[in-house]
Amino acid sequence: MKISISKGSPWRQPLAIVGISVLLFWIILAIFAPLISPFDPLAQDSDALLNPNHLHWLGTDSVGRDILSRIIYGARISLPLAILLVFLSIIVGSIIGGLAGYFGGWVDSVLMRFADIVLAFPGIILAMAVSAALGPQLRNAVLAVVLVAWPTYARLVRSLILSSKDSDYVTASRLLGSSTRRTLLVDLRPNISGSVLVLGALEAGNGLLLLSGLSFLGLGAQPPSAEWGAMVSAGANNFEKWWIGIFPGIAILTAVLAFNFIGDTLRDALDPRTAKALRN
Amino acid sequence: MTLLNVENLSVTLATSSGSAQAVRNLAFNLDIGEILGIAGESGSGKTMTALGLMRLLPHKGFATGSILFDGKNLLAESNKAYRDIRGNQISMIFQDPMTSLHPMIKIETQLTEHIRHHKKISQEAAHIRALELLNTVKIPDPASALEAMPKQFSGGMRQRIAIAVALACDPKLLIADEPTTALDVTVQAGILRLLDQLRREKNLAVMVITHDLGVLSSLTDRIMIMYAGSEVESGLTSDILKNPRHPYTKGLISALPTSDLSGKTLKTIEGMPPELGKIPSGCAFHPRCSYSRDPCALEIPQAVQISAKHRIFCPVNPLVNS
Amino acid sequence: MQQIKKSKNLTLAGYLSAKVSSSFAKFIYKRVAIGLLMMIGITFIAFAVTQVVPGDPAAVNLGQSAMSNPEIVARWRAEYGLDKPVPEQYARYITKVLHGDLGVSQHSRRPVSQDLAEYFPATIEIALVAIIFSILIGFSLGIISAMTRDRLPDQLIRVLSLTGVSMPTFWTSLVVFYIFFFKLGWFPGTGRLDPGGDEPIHLTGLYTIDALVHGQFSIAWIALKHLALPAIVLATYTIGVLTRFTRASVLEILGNDYVRSARAKGLPEWLVIKRHVLRPALLSIITVAGVAFGGLLSGSVLVENVFSWPGLGQYAFKSAIALDLPGIMGVSIVVAGVFILMNLIVDILYRVIDPNLRSE
Repeated sequence: MKISISKGSPWRQPLAIVGISVLLFWIILAIFAPLISPFDPLAQDSDALLNPNHLHWLGTDSVGRDILSRIIYGARISLPLAILLVFLSIIVGSIIGGLAGYFGGWVDSVLMRFADIVLAFPGIILAMAVSAALGPQLRNAVLAVVLVAWPTYARLVRSLILSSKDSDYVTASRLLGSSTRRTLLVDLRPNISGSVLVLGALEAGNGLLLLSGLSFLGLGAQPPSAEWGAMVSAGANNFEKWWIGIFPGIAILTAVLAFNFIGDTLRDALDPRTAKALRN
Repeated sequence: MTLLNVENLSVTLATSSGSAQAVRNLAFNLDIGEILGIAGESGSGKTMTALGLMRLLPHKGFATGSILFDGKNLLAESNKAYRDIRGNQISMIFQDPMTSLHPMIKIETQLTEHIRHHKKISQEAAHIRALELLNTVKIPDPASALEAMPKQFSGGMRQRIAIAVALACDPKLLIADEPTTALDVTVQAGILRLLDQLRREKNLAVMVITHDLGVLSSLTDRIMIMYAGSEVESGLTSDILKNPRHPYTKGLISALPTSDLSGKTLKTIEGMPPELGKIPSGCAFHPRCSYSRDPCALEIPQAVQISAKHRIFCPVNPLVNS
Repeated sequence: MQQIKKSKNLTLAGYLSAKVSSSFAKFIYKRVAIGLLMMIGITFIAFAVTQVVPGDPAAVNLGQSAMSNPEIVARWRAEYGLDKPVPEQYARYITKVLHGDLGVSQHSRRPVSQDLAEYFPATIEIALVAIIFSILIGFSLGIISAMTRDRLPDQLIRVLSLTGVSMPTFWTSLVVFYIFFFKLGWFPGTGRLDPGGDEPIHLTGLYTIDALVHGQFSIAWIALKHLALPAIVLATYTIGVLTRFTRASVLEILGNDYVRSARAKGLPEWLVIKRHVLRPALLSIITVAGVAFGGLLSGSVLVENVFSWPGLGQYAFKSAIALDLPGIMGVSIVVAGVFILMNLIVDILYRVIDPNLRSE
């Protein structure tokens, strides 16, 4: 099922343009952080709890670090992790969903019931348990989010495989003597990757929300890391000083919004049947 | 007396690759008490013609031209004013009776809601009218049928109910879009007889849309054949069926299964009808036409009058002496 | 089923309704069985996750000095059955769960079921208020959006609903808390009641309902004011989800033949929507609202954290920090149980409302 474009190119839709621009904005900030950011994100060399002013545009936190610089450096943490999350979830989900869809029968039943159960699990609580138990570290929080996120991909991949596995060209390829592995990797993958990537764009935002939520709870990134969720947490401890928590949260919001704008436009551009599979 | 006069009707639809014309410069008349058949392959624009008349075109679709109904230009009426005509003076029955009735609403409501809205009558009066309508369309035990849900009826019965719904406000014009296509052959004849009887009893004008010329032969007074959104030929039913003049009509008719068991294979027309938005230049049929000549690809064919009521749109007019 | 009973053909009617109810019963048994299997799966995963991971609950709970005394550690492990082989621990656990015993919390030193009974109503209360908000607002916005398809209101609602699902709830909590409590003082701050305020007489544990039932109107008002901010914040995500879902399903319904039939009757558009579109749309939103409710329960973790709301989320958070296995498993099982129960109710409701599904 290739991405068939319904209304001109989806990249020309206003929402997609906004999404891509915002994402590019953050990517540029992340890449050129050392050049752009006015201060060292970890240096505690200003007065603490300064209001936003001409020197510190977004103020300073409780130990005197420049919040703008920390947000800029935070993009170096959050964006790559959001993409890593999606990447890992796609791998795990595609393998499990692929096996389930291709082999069917009891393999399918076992794997998909397992996916159903993980989906029924309260996501953030499972992630909390895992990341607390593995030890509160960013790396473990990423693993925890992947553990919660893979079933969505597995379901999609499975349903796409089921709908295309009996198609003529796959049958033809098998009659020509292709191995199972070859059929899965060569014949089915191109049809599935488009839809999976759209789901990835849609889920990148959710992954980022969950990950920063874990950091907010102290179960992800640890101080003095400039991870955005952890910075909001510092703001919650000092809520009278609004700038400490509000600005990093806006960073999260814009990044998640960008992913969702892009994902949403791409989904609308898919043909209706796939779009429906994505919605469920 | 002319009830409906359509001039220069075009319907534009939104497709994935921009907008495209599904109906192009169509013109036809319909008299009171007359049955007009509109025939063509799927995609010929016949359903869009009907939906254009009903102003029920799909999202972002629109119609231009003029549709004079009882002296009013339907395309110029406001939505609100048009709603007073639709379902009241013009009504429509759709192809698939399994989906055209609401599955969650009981028959009585579906049969009376528009009567009560258009005619402002009491619930009791509407109830009596509903019983009468179910009798007209020959539904057994109308009283309990009114309390039932659509799923309790077969397809043929549902189409009868849909016809009752369409007749509820005593319309002047009934549009039937493939009214028998989704039904079993044995049920089809009953529905066609019912339409014919209604026309005679109520002096109703009927527009029957179908891809099946066999359906039209026993029912219609006149037939219009459409191809790629335009008329190719129209005339009295007997003219069209016995003396087709357009190569496309001729193809359609020779593709009809006949009752003689001669064992001849059915003829088909080579090629496929054009997709929406990819209509060939000149005469849209020319790439499939065995009589095609150079001018066919260039000139949009003009009407050629064969007799008072019989005309074709073919510049070559190859069958004139055949 | 009413119309079948009314019809004259009594024997047929009897046959039909008997057939309907027996297939309905079969359907319910099947769904309940699936639900129970899912629950067992949940306990298994909860257990597996906490087993596989390397964290040592003894180390977290006993502290440095006690850890250096092997005797204390062994006694502690024996107390919680942690010295037994893993499958046996799970077997013991599931037997106890089936008897309603979720073990003893390692951080509160009380039975987990007792803790949960105390924390659960607080979460249910905000989740209920939030789901009501979400359904009312999401459903209305979704319908407006679908009816003004591709026009300005639709575009605005689309952006708004996307924003709703993109907001980090912990941050939204903070913003709302700062503005409406700290700056404007319109709403009270943290907790379920004003500090030192009286609790209503206990009945359900939902303070507003308990207070109203017992005529304690001032307490009900206070409890409601405390509920407002966290419930609204909690609802933002679900409002977005339900709006988008409603829009999609109304658009799908509008494309149905029966809606075209209704329009062909010349009915005014509001009547077409009200009579022909809303009912099937409600049916489809019920399915999502059930799932969304489960999402609200787990989503409450972050909101409860900011508003110091003494609910399951806070309990889960404290348990996670303390590496309290029974506590975490308890919360997981309860929330997953509610999720599965909601799905079951939704499935049944769906069949009851939709006459088409009922007959199949």
